[in-house]
Amino acid sequence: MIRLEPAGAEALLLVLAEAPDAELPLRLAVLAQRIRAELGPLLIDLVPGWTTLLLHYDLLQIDHLALSARLTPLLEVWLAEPAPEQAGRLHEWPVWYAGEDLDEVAQACCLSVAEVIALHSAVEYRVGAIGFAPGFAYLGELDSRLQLPRRATPRTRVPAGSLAIAERQTAVYPQASPGGWHLLGRCPLPLFDARQTPPSPLAIGDRVRFHAIDEAAYRALGGPR
Amino acid sequence: MLRAGPQTLLQDGGRQGWLHLGVSPAGPLDLKAAAWANRLLDNPWGTPLLEIALGDVELESQVDTWLAVTGAELPLRRDDEPLPLWTRFALRAGQRLKLGFAQRGQRAYLAVAGGFRGEAVLGSVSCQHREGLGGHGGGGRALQVGDRLLCAPAQFRQTASLPWPYRPDYSCSPVLRVITGGDAAEFAEDELQAFFAQAWQLSPHSDRMGARLCGQAIEPPRRQWSLGVTRGAIQVPPDGQPIILQADHQSMGGYPILGWLHPLDLSRLAQCPAQQALRFTPVSVGDAQAQLRQFYRFFQTA
Repeated sequence: MIRLEPAGAEALLLVLAEAPDAELPLRLAVLAQRIRAELGPLLIDLVPGWTTLLLHYDLLQIDHLALSARLTPLLEVWLAEPAPEQAGRLHEWPVWYAGEDLDEVAQACCLSVAEVIALHSAVEYRVGAIGFAPGFAYLGELDSRLQLPRRATPRTRVPAGSLAIAERQTAVYPQASPGGWHLLGRCPLPLFDARQTPPSPLAIGDRVRFHAIDEAAYRALGGPR
Repeated sequence: MLRAGPQTLLQDGGRQGWLHLGVSPAGPLDLKAAAWANRLLDNPWGTPLLEIALGDVELESQVDTWLAVTGAELPLRRDDEPLPLWTRFALRAGQRLKLGFAQRGQRAYLAVAGGFRGEAVLGSVSCQHREGLGGHGGGGRALQVGDRLLCAPAQFRQTASLPWPYRPDYSCSPVLRVITGGDAAEFAEDELQAFFAQAWQLSPHSDRMGARLCGQAIEPPRRQWSLGVTRGAIQVPPDGQPIILQADHQSMGGYPILGWLHPLDLSRLAQCPAQQALRFTPVSVGDAQAQLRQFYRFFQTA
């Protein structure tokens, strides 16, 4: 059951599922692409959430009612379709697993540090949403043996490139920022650069796989201190 | 820049179209006052200008040009001569412009004919401090003493002012209009009524990202899956003290949403000092859209 609701005076929210599942990000990516193509300049921005698409539209050209009418046939087609067969682009990110919270996470999960690293880097993650900060991608789903609540007190500053986990998700902080997740390591690759086109290499539905590197490799790849 | 004040930021029409990568739009907190400052100088919508929080700014011009100051009520002087607000005026090379402390309202807008030059980052010079994007120098910082703002010489035949009836009154305690929606139906009926019935206080912890309200807590429904959020969204976190998202808002949020502030009332909110009493009243989405369309048509068409 799809719901279309005004989100203020200049945006329309499409609620496309009650809860996320493994295939939804890729299906939302397909739908987002079609909506962008259909609406062109009527659309100012389109923000995928876990179960939603938020359409920021140009109020001088259209409103939420006309937009809903125009999207209905497209949504009916999408809803009837099987999951797309394409797999989403794969990104392979090196990580120096030496995060501040590695020992604490291992202890809390009753695992060894080596097991934490092995479990975290064994899985292929899916980009479920991008938000919070420029280029910050929520990746799911984390192995259930590594799932922990967020830290009771967030850090005021987490360094750029920090690989972190919380609840069912993992992510790399593209910039230094406050953060309440558990830090497992550092990724040396720049993940957001406003001077590049596009500024972020990721889109929802993409896949991410991490592989462990040592400190020397991290430095050689340009990783900051 | 001889005095830079507590927070003086270069802003334009905002960094539009990058929310999908988590980039905040930024832009002026008070769109109305910013639009008038540019309009008085025949500048197009979104021409780069300065947003001056609380005043206390002094500049010396190195070219002959024209400027206008709108928004917060503050003493304005060209060398030692007092000047009116909401009015364009000439500033010759060597003359100094002084803005005193804001007496009513919180943010003044200083526009120059043709606009201040800045390096666009993702299509906009708007300063977003948290993200380190835009502003003078492109790295998201506020203006500092010694900064040189580039602008072109300009000449007008005569002065121009915004007539009195159009000028906002920042002294009254405002009633702000709210389009209810989002998760509003999930709130208990009396919690929603409590939001509209009480006078809220604006928290001193408010910033360009969000205006925080203090009052009798309202109980939000359960947390949901994070989704895209817009400017003006009224989030209710677990502590029951609502947050109204402003220009520097994040792209996504997970707190329940009670509704959205009328986009034109965000301007009035931007001029409220800490501890200001605020009341809210419902407005339909259709009415809000009609008024907003009229505003855009007036300011975005030459």
